[in-house]
Amino acid sequence: MKTDKKMPQVDMILRREGLSRDSLIQVLHAVQEDMGYLPKDVLVYISSKMNIPLSVIHGVVTFYNFFKTAKDAEHVIMVCMGTACYVKNAAGVLKAIEEYLGIKAGEVTKDGKYSLRMVRCLGACGMAPVISVDGKDVYGRLTPEKVIEVLQKYK
Amino acid sequence: MKIFRTHALVCSGAQCLSAGGNNFKDALSAEINSAGLQDEVQIVETGCMGSCEMGPMMVVYPEGTVYIKLVPSDAAEIVKEHFLKGRPVKRLMWNASGKEFPTLSEIPFFAKQTKLVLRNCGIINPENIEEYIANDGYLALGKVLTSMKPQEVVDEIKKSGLRGRGGAGFLTGLKWGYVASQQSGDKYVICNADEGDPGAYMDRSVLESDPHTLLEGMIIAGYAVGAIKGYIYVRAEYPLAVKRVALALKHARAFGLLGSNILNSGFSFDIAIRMGAGAFVCGEETALINSIEGKRGEPRKKPPYPSTAGLFDKPTLINNVETFANVPVIIHKGAQFFKKIGTATSPGTKVFSLAGKVNTTGLIEVPLGITLREIVFDIGGGIPEGHSFKGALIGGPSGGVVPAEHLDIAIDYESLDSIGTIMGSGGLIIMDETSCMVDIAKFFLKFTVEESCGKCTPCREGTPQMLKILQRITSGEGMPGDIENLERTGRIISRTSLCGLGQSASNPVLSTIRFFKNEYESHINEKKCPSSVCDMKPKAMENKNGKKIRVRKIA
Ligand SMILES: Cc1cc2nc3c(=O)[nH]c(=O)nc-3n(C[C@H](O)[C@H](O)[C@H](O)COP(=O)(O)O)c2cc1C
Ligand code: FES
Repeated sequence: MKTDKKMPQVDMILRREGLSRDSLIQVLHAVQEDMGYLPKDVLVYISSKMNIPLSVIHGVVTFYNFFKTAKDAEHVIMVCMGTACYVKNAAGVLKAIEEYLGIKAGEVTKDGKYSLRMVRCLGACGMAPVISVDGKDVYGRLTPEKVIEVLQKYK
Repeated sequence: MKIFRTHALVCSGAQCLSAGGNNFKDALSAEINSAGLQDEVQIVETGCMGSCEMGPMMVVYPEGTVYIKLVPSDAAEIVKEHFLKGRPVKRLMWNASGKEFPTLSEIPFFAKQTKLVLRNCGIINPENIEEYIANDGYLALGKVLTSMKPQEVVDEIKKSGLRGRGGAGFLTGLKWGYVASQQSGDKYVICNADEGDPGAYMDRSVLESDPHTLLEGMIIAGYAVGAIKGYIYVRAEYPLAVKRVALALKHARAFGLLGSNILNSGFSFDIAIRMGAGAFVCGEETALINSIEGKRGEPRKKPPYPSTAGLFDKPTLINNVETFANVPVIIHKGAQFFKKIGTATSPGTKVFSLAGKVNTTGLIEVPLGITLREIVFDIGGGIPEGHSFKGALIGGPSGGVVPAEHLDIAIDYESLDSIGTIMGSGGLIIMDETSCMVDIAKFFLKFTVEESCGKCTPCREGTPQMLKILQRITSGEGMPGDIENLERTGRIISRTSLCGLGQSASNPVLSTIRFFKNEYESHINEKKCPSSVCDMKPKAMENKNGKKIRVRKIA
C-alpha cells in the first residue's frame, strides 16, 4: 500500500529506531507510547517506509497482547489475575469492579470512560491482590469493598 | 566524600513506591532538614528489600533498625526520637519475638537467607553506578579482562556448577562452552528478562534494584564466548526496570565499562534493550529470538539450537537475568566459594517470589537444598489466621504442586524432579485449605490455552480439550473417566508439542491429580468442591459465534 501523507512524528521515531526489519517492534512501541494506540493509517505509513508488507505488520501487531489498534478509554483499569493475586481472591475484586462499572472484563463502558482488563502479574505479588489504573497507579492488598473506594477517585 | 553518622535506607522498589514510599521519603527529608540534620543523616533510595508485604520500608544504619508500613506522618516521630535522641520508635519497628529492638539480621525473614544475586538489593542506590562500584562492582570484569583468557572464564563457570535459573536448570558453563567453540565473527549474548510466570517478580527486582550486576555478568559472558553485542529482552510491563537498565547502560558507557575497547583491554561489546510486548511464549528462547528480530514470537524447531544458529542465525548465548547476576560473584569470589553454598548438584542460591497464603510475602534468596518447611514457616512466618498449609505451587504454569506430606523436601533440581514438578524460575505460591486444587489446575490451563501461540497442533488443539474437561468437572458435570482422559491427553500433548510451553502445559494438571486425586473424585462423583471454591453449577458454554451450547451428557 502506498501513502502520500506526511507523518513527521513517525519519521522521527523511524530515524531514531532505524528502518531495518528487526526495529519493527521497537517502532511500534514508540508509536503507541506517543499516540496511545496504533492507528491504521500509521501502520500503512510504517509499512511503506520500512518496506514491510502491511500483512506482516498486522501479523506482528495482533500477535502481541500489548499492542492496541483502537483508542483506549479515559481510564484503563487492569486487574491482575496472576497466580499470587488469584489465590488471594482477585476474582472477587474483579467481580466487584464488574458490578460497579456494569461491564465485563475486556469491555469499555458506554460513555467510553472506563475500560476493564485482566492482566498477568503486575510484579507486585507481595501486595496481592493488585490492580493498576491508567498504567501508572498501582493499588494492592485490595478487597472487593476497598477496590470500589479506589475507583471512586477516578472520575 | 561527605561522612554521615546515620544512613536511612528507604526502599524505592516498585511495591514500596506504589504503597506510598515516595510520600514518606519526601516527608522524612523535610523533617530532617527542619531538624537541621541534613549533614548528619543521609537518605539513600535503594532497590527492593524483599519483604514487600511490609512496605513502605526503611532500614536505619549503623543500627540496622527496620521500620515497616510507614506513612508520611511517621517521619516526624522517627526524626525526633531516633535521629535526635537515639531512641528507635518501637511502634513502627518490625516485631521479632524475644527481641526488644531487633535488627535486620535478627528478623527470621532475613536471617535464613543467603544473598548472592540480591546482595546489593536494598543496600545501594540502583541509579548510581558509583555505589555499585564501591560494593566491589565491576571488579570481576576487571579481573577477567586483565588476567583471564576467555577459555579460563568458561572453565571457571563450569567449575562452579552454576545451572540456568530460567527454569530448566541447564549447566551454564556447558552452554557457554558450546557458544565459545563456534567459529563465527558475529556472536550474540541475550539476557532473557521476559519473566513470564504470572505470579513472580525475581528478575524484575534485580533489574530495578541492581541493574549493573546484570550488565557486568553479560559483559563477562560476551568476553568469554567472543560476542560482539548483547540484548536485554525485557517485558514492556516493567517500565521502571526499562528505565533503570537504560540509565545503567548509559553510566556504564560513560565509565568505559561498555562500548569499544572496554577498560583499554581491546575488547569491545555493547548492549541494547529490546522490549517484549506481552506474550508468554516469548520467554521461550527461540520465540524470544524471533521477537528480537521483529517477528511474531513463535518458537522455532530445535535443533539447530541457539548456540549454533540463534539471533540472525548466528551463534547466540541466552541466559536468564538471575543466571547472569551470579556470574560476577563466581568470578570475583571464585568457583570454590560458590560451590560451598547449596548442594553438590545444585550449587548456589535461588531467588523465590514467595506469595499467596503466607504471613510474610516477598522476595527471598535461599541456599539451594533448604527445605520447603524452612521457607514457609521460618522465613515466611507460617500460614495466616489459623489456617493450615495445603500445598505450594512451584514453577508457575509449567510446574506443579508440593503437598503437605512433602514439606520437608529439599528445594533442589533433582528432588523437585523426583516428585514430578520443577524448580521453574522462582514462583512459589503457598495455598491453605481454602484453595481448591482442581480450580488451580484450571486456572493454569486457562493461562496456557490463552498463551499458546497456535503454531503447533497438539498445544493449540489439545490444551482447550483438557480445559473443557476441567470446566465440566468444576461445574458439577464431571463424568467417570475424566481423570484418565486428562492424564492421557496431557501425556500426548507433552510428548508431541513443538516447544516447552506445550511440553509442560499439562504439568499442573498431572501434578494435582497425582497428589490430590480425591479432590478430583469428589468433584466428579459427589458433585462437591471440598474447599467450596467451585460453584458446581452447570454452565451453558458458548461456541465461537457466541451462541450458547450445552455440554452433551454421555448416558
Ligand atoms: C513457555 C516458556 C516460557 C519461558 N519463560 C522464561 C522466562 O520468562 N524467563 C527465562 O529466563 N526463561 C524462560 N524460559 C526458558 C528459556 O527458554 C531458556 O531456557 C532460558 O532463558 C535459558 O536461560 P538459563 O539457562 O539461564 O536458564 C521459558 C521457556 C518456555 C518453554
Ligand atoms: S500475581 Fe498479581 S502482581 Fe503478581
